[in-house]
Amino acid sequence: MPEGGLTAVLRRSTALRTTVRHCGIGVGALLMFAAILLAAGKDPLKAYVDTFHYTLANSYGFSELLVRMTPLLLAAVAVALPARLGLINVGGEGQLYMGAFMASAGAFLLPTAPRLILLPFVAFMGFMGGAIWAAIPGILRAAKLVNETISTLLLNYVAPLIVSYFVFGLWRASENSAYPQSSPFPDAALLPSFFNTRIHAGLLIAVVALLAYWLLLEKTRWGVDMRAIGGNAEAAQRLGIPVPAWIVTALAVGGGFAGLAGMGEAMGIAGRLRQGLSPGYGFAGFLIAWLAGGRPLGIVFMAFLFAIITSAGDTLQMTQGVPYAVVNILLAMILFIVLARRSAGGTSK
Amino acid sequence: MSSPLAAPLVEIRGVSKRYGAVQANDVVDLSLYGGEVHALLGENGAGKSTLSRILYGFTRPDSGEIFLNGKAVDVHSPREARSHRIGMVFQNFMLIPALSVLENIALFLTDLPAVLRPEAVGKRIFEFGERFGLTVNPHAPVRQLSVGDRQKVEILKLLLAEARILIFDEPTKVLAPHEVDALFRVFAALKAEGFAILFITHKLREVIRCADRITVMRQGRVVGGFGSGQADVETLVTMMFGERGEIGATRQAGATRRPAEARPILELRGASSHATGSETPLRGLELSIAAGEIVGVAGVSGSGQKELGDLILGLRSLSAGSKWFCGANASSWSIARMRESGVAFVPEDPLVMAAVGGMSVRENLSLGTGRRYRSGVRLDWSALEATMNQSFEALAFPIPPLDPPIGALSGGNLQRVVIAREMAHEPKLIVALYPTRGLDVRSAASLRHLLRRARDGGSGVLLISEDLDELAEMTDRLLVLFGGALVGAFSRGAWQPEEVGHLMTGSKEVNVA
Repeated sequence: MPEGGLTAVLRRSTALRTTVRHCGIGVGALLMFAAILLAAGKDPLKAYVDTFHYTLANSYGFSELLVRMTPLLLAAVAVALPARLGLINVGGEGQLYMGAFMASAGAFLLPTAPRLILLPFVAFMGFMGGAIWAAIPGILRAAKLVNETISTLLLNYVAPLIVSYFVFGLWRASENSAYPQSSPFPDAALLPSFFNTRIHAGLLIAVVALLAYWLLLEKTRWGVDMRAIGGNAEAAQRLGIPVPAWIVTALAVGGGFAGLAGMGEAMGIAGRLRQGLSPGYGFAGFLIAWLAGGRPLGIVFMAFLFAIITSAGDTLQMTQGVPYAVVNILLAMILFIVLARRSAGGTSK
Repeated sequence: MSSPLAAPLVEIRGVSKRYGAVQANDVVDLSLYGGEVHALLGENGAGKSTLSRILYGFTRPDSGEIFLNGKAVDVHSPREARSHRIGMVFQNFMLIPALSVLENIALFLTDLPAVLRPEAVGKRIFEFGERFGLTVNPHAPVRQLSVGDRQKVEILKLLLAEARILIFDEPTKVLAPHEVDALFRVFAALKAEGFAILFITHKLREVIRCADRITVMRQGRVVGGFGSGQADVETLVTMMFGERGEIGATRQAGATRRPAEARPILELRGASSHATGSETPLRGLELSIAAGEIVGVAGVSGSGQKELGDLILGLRSLSAGSKWFCGANASSWSIARMRESGVAFVPEDPLVMAAVGGMSVRENLSLGTGRRYRSGVRLDWSALEATMNQSFEALAFPIPPLDPPIGALSGGNLQRVVIAREMAHEPKLIVALYPTRGLDVRSAASLRHLLRRARDGGSGVLLISEDLDELAEMTDRLLVLFGGALVGAFSRGAWQPEEVGHLMTGSKEVNVA
């Protein structure tokens, strides 16, 4: 779409303000977290230096950041896409589990298929798993029966149980039954990894998903329809935009992206279906999408930040002897600072 | 019974209130005595609601005074009004459906002890119920009550809070006929005990039945007052709607073609629809709009106007009957299909019904254009702009900047963008829903001119309005909607405002052939 000079400048300055705001949030949260570490008798400076050392400063640490970012990016898009229609998808976690589940089902269904067929098939199944799981709340919402925030949230508790049912039962590994996990997937179902690291093809999928999200919203006529629904659903409906169909579609496609994240964790990292397959990537994706205001670059930045913070949890556990859970304090602080700024500034986005 | 006591309980003197260009109350005087039902009568926008809001402390008047028992008071808030023993029963009841009658009433009382003693409140509810014919089961949850019983709860709330002056804002609008009778018996009981009742309505029969005094408002001013038995329906209608002179005297040329031979663009045959919540169900509408005519729909608010517009647009589905567009059965067409077939929609507030405030003017111009500008996955923005520019030029509107959000435009300019979009593809039918409401005089005049031009160009226009002057000036045929049914049909110049007023207020039924 052509742009006048004025809007371009406005947009650029918005981007600038956003960057400044994000950095401010990060610095503020780090300062407050330092105070807590001090109070616990730890050395915050050393903690930060260690974190930097083990994540950004060496290539293995950096590759692990990208590994963590992969599901975070996808889970964020899963939230950001329906959010453009004013829909609140808090079900990323459940959709991620269902993606992993369906992808696993695909892998076990065609164990002897060649890689060229099996990989696209498990990816498709992963997408469909998340899409179906998100379409259920979508249909309920479109029919004006149940608010999608509630139903997506509640389905988060169902999906891991389905996974558990199968890893404890039908698919349980025969070689070592101590762990609740499935047998390994056939090799042809595993996502290729790169550079002798755990970085896998899921990262490419995540980048493509992010790009597709941006193109969809900014460059296509569907983007105009979606933003119209988000801006004024009544007017959109009166102007002939099929709002209920869009609600189901947007939630399903978003859920599909979360499903791909689950597929990536199963096929790219674990190599089998496990009970605790996600440490809350789906929920983190909601925070990321929200903090980024749905902007693609903001999502990348926030996913990166979240990857560092969760890595810091591992580092601190090793070097400082504090439990992993302390990073939840840091995450919570970021959230509070954002909340406080929102209500104080009065901006709503 | 109607003999006023020595001094009025309430005296409103010279109250004025202005909203923008509208003088809602213009030096209004009104007095209210204990032991009387005082009806405040007027059409929509006459200023009745504003006056009651001022009395109840919702709105501050620009000037004027309120005297209670002869003492000047300043009513700043509804809370203060209640402390002056003024209470109001709203059109939309202020009740919590999940709580019981007793709990709802207790919530409203300010003098409750910290530990609620339900028996005590229950006893008072029972006493008042017996005394005034307001019996309800205090333990029933409000959601199980009928509308009439909910209204009783509202009244009980006020009585337990010791209100002496009761304002009823169109209380009969939601009631069935037998419930209306019951309400009037409550009025009589209250009156006998010296309560003052201000009864706001536009239903004439009811006023004549139960009011001791009648005050008629029009355009913010009190235009007349009557005692019981002094007024008849004729006088009141004339007063409410004013002497509008011979309708059609200011008629313009054109539209002389009687559309009997013209092909109908839109036809409703026995069209009915269901309703939920506060909507009005439509009942067996017979309607036909031909090319080159403006069909007006008059009615007091809530008679089903919005529902009728929605039914034609395809937003509301038919429960019975059928809808025909240009000879094709369009009963189950989607909104998109109706629009692509040539239906345009001009609503009162575009930012609610026809535009997305946060999106640019250009994007808003593209909304609702259906498949016309699709080009692969994208929109053909330059083709869209070219067409829209032509449309702006044809309408002699200035072309606004296309990049800023449409919400930044003034009301008139915003309406122009929407009209330019709606007129861009030569609509066969224009559905205008209160299109001039909220517009300044000049914008409104230019919009009326436009609708007439579209009519002369061969479009059919459905003009839904509450402004009888506007309808008189514009329409070739006038239909009257009351309670979701068409109760009157007139051709141009063949109607008197009094008669239409009767039909609008339900004080006379005419069967439409």
